[in-house]
Amino acid sequence: MAWSVGTLTFVLVRTLPGDMAYKIAASRYGDDAVSTASAAAVRAELGLDSPAWQQYFHWLSNLITLDLGDSLVSGAPVVQELQHQLGYTLLLAVCAMLVSVIIAFPLGILSGARPSSAVDNSIMVGSTFVRAQPVFSLGLLLIFLFAMELNWLPVAGFGEPRHLILPALTLGLSLAAISNRIIRSSTINVLHSAYYQFARIKGMSRFSTFCRHGIRNILLPVIAFMGIQLIGLIEGVIMVESVFAWPGIGHGLSHAVFARDIPMLQGAALVFGLMFVALNTLIDVCCARLDPRGVRQ
Amino acid sequence: MFRNLCLIIFIALAGLTGCSAPDSSDTLSISGPFEPISLDPARSGYIFSRMQVIETLVDIDNKGQLKPGLATRWEHSKDNRVWTFYLRPNVVFHDQSAMNADAVVNSLNIAFSKPAPYPQDLVEAVTALNESTVQITLSRPYRPFASLLTNYTTAILSPASYNESQEITKLSGTGPYQVEEFQPPHRVGVTKFQNYWGEPAHVSKVVYTTGHRAETRALMVASGQTDIVYNLDAASVDLLKVSKKAKVDSTLIPRTILIKVNASYPALADVKVRQALSLAIDRQGIATKILRVEDIEANQLFGPSMGVWHDATLPPAEQDVKRANALLDEAGWLQDDSGIRHKNGSPLKLNMITYANRAELIVIATALQNQWAQIGVDLRVHMENASAIPSGHADGTLQLALMARNFANIPDPLGIMLADFTSTEGGDWGPMGWQNPSVFSALSALPLVQDKKAYASQVQNIMHQINADLPVIPVVFYMQQSAVAPRVENFSFDPYERSFRLSDITLKPAS
Repeated sequence: MAWSVGTLTFVLVRTLPGDMAYKIAASRYGDDAVSTASAAAVRAELGLDSPAWQQYFHWLSNLITLDLGDSLVSGAPVVQELQHQLGYTLLLAVCAMLVSVIIAFPLGILSGARPSSAVDNSIMVGSTFVRAQPVFSLGLLLIFLFAMELNWLPVAGFGEPRHLILPALTLGLSLAAISNRIIRSSTINVLHSAYYQFARIKGMSRFSTFCRHGIRNILLPVIAFMGIQLIGLIEGVIMVESVFAWPGIGHGLSHAVFARDIPMLQGAALVFGLMFVALNTLIDVCCARLDPRGVRQ
Repeated sequence: MFRNLCLIIFIALAGLTGCSAPDSSDTLSISGPFEPISLDPARSGYIFSRMQVIETLVDIDNKGQLKPGLATRWEHSKDNRVWTFYLRPNVVFHDQSAMNADAVVNSLNIAFSKPAPYPQDLVEAVTALNESTVQITLSRPYRPFASLLTNYTTAILSPASYNESQEITKLSGTGPYQVEEFQPPHRVGVTKFQNYWGEPAHVSKVVYTTGHRAETRALMVASGQTDIVYNLDAASVDLLKVSKKAKVDSTLIPRTILIKVNASYPALADVKVRQALSLAIDRQGIATKILRVEDIEANQLFGPSMGVWHDATLPPAEQDVKRANALLDEAGWLQDDSGIRHKNGSPLKLNMITYANRAELIVIATALQNQWAQIGVDLRVHMENASAIPSGHADGTLQLALMARNFANIPDPLGIMLADFTSTEGGDWGPMGWQNPSVFSALSALPLVQDKKAYASQVQNIMHQINADLPVIPVVFYMQQSAVAPRVENFSFDPYERSFRLSDITLKPAS
């Protein structure tokens, strides 16, 4: 996985238009100081004139020794930069997922329990509105409300827990807008299933039927969907980090693309790849635990 | 009902994240778009210079006049090749070591070996004459050399700042603030340096947070979260002008939005075409409608703050579509039924590149597209990275580029003019393929002119030719906009963008 992600990143960046040395010089020294002289200095320092295959094998041999190299822009070790940024992104992603769960589950179950009711329709309109907003615009709306009008939260920044609330809420709301509809469908399916109706007919109370036969069955497709949503989460993280000046890996990744910072891109893509594998494995394990039928077969 | 719902969500989230209420801190909080990526002055010196952590031998006032910095005075040989700097006594670095000639020599030798906005081969030797005198010998005479030493890349650092490979591991400068916290590329925290040689700072702690987007920065100051934000966009200025939580400061800076022209490209080689393009620009519309600022239309390369290099007698630049059309007709570019001009069967199609880091540039580029369409020019605009400009210059593919040229990197315009306007090669951010032997020779001879009056007269003569020949087409002078919270007192903006002038600032006590 590490090899394929790193190789793909290397090939993609090398095929991007423009001279890499100039892009790196612009990111290193700023727009005002980028010049042919500074690009030439960057080219000489980083050996960008050497053949691409030599640079590729240099990276590959470093990867085998678990050395991700140094950022071409800042000169700092990629591992060090990733550690700093990844911590912030994980914090934001986990909080966003929590927010989405807290919002989506009650709303989804409420909608599923009374389909086509006024409540269901209102939640549907609300979800459509939120989802129709780009994450960037949703973030600005929340800033206007919570930071400007009500003055409860800071607009942007990091360092204190309150800085986390608005970005987590933005991402969480965006995720919940879809997942509550999945929860709704799953709830309708489960509540109308034969086994659920049988449990009710045999005399179990509404509450205990829901707890014993409802929750687990509703969760199964929802958890699988949340695994897919992780991709959307990463997409949203890049935009949210930029709007809220959050020092995460998403923002770092987008800057590394502009700067043609190959080691940073390879490192960040590698970390994302590993995260996907780890989280999808976790989701599969959760699904297997919730639905042991496959294991028994 | 709605407010209560918001409150419930807020309390839930506050509990989730262990929220604390905002404190009434005596820390000055500032934000801008600059991303400090490294401690190295060659890479991120512009932010450490602005935060007043590092200082240079020579300083500069609001009018671009050089003044003493870490050197109290300097002198040069008659041929401008040997420069002697006399160091300020009793200056200590943040690590408490003394600033002496050896420290300065060490720092400058490292600085001159790295990329900087001046010729790399200029300095031949840096030597310590005694404890407090440094001599710099140049490879060739260079009249504006002292002004190079105002650039942040030449900041003086303590010898202990560097490791064996001459990399900076701990930034120890001489400024009124010292680095306390550095989280690249998002935060720099500085505290007051008690042993500063000059007037000590008033505010004890300043935190700079990178605000990537201009909209976010504007909201940060409008909500009261941040005390000062720099580099506002035009839309945010409108928002902040009606806000009670911030005041907008507008300062004209030595930066001009201009169009770089490849004069060796056949369609642009004719001066009549360049003049027509210039006459077709509605500068007033761009200034007032896009940038929302009055009186910044550029009728010449250098703005009013550039001393003798600015000609205050020139008439304002006004749009004249009729005259522009006449010039193109004279040049042989004739309009066909589609409205596009042709000459010898080729349409007048031009490509212009610009870059995203300054949000206003793309809007101005699309306005130019429309304004030039009125005179039959088909302009294609390409959004690029800023590096596409020097890169397109080097490989000759560039036709036109819209850019915000900074003239403050080297405060004496002579340095820029000698580098960019003395050969057909031009400069990365200057002319391209332009030929004017009369200007080339007059500029090359200018450093030898000793008499001030004669110098000013020759400068005016040169600028008159350049402004007529249009190797670059000036559009508007640059107004830098910042927003300041009401509790901040003694704010001022350095037009040369070398310092945030934080040490002058005082904070009103909370009422």
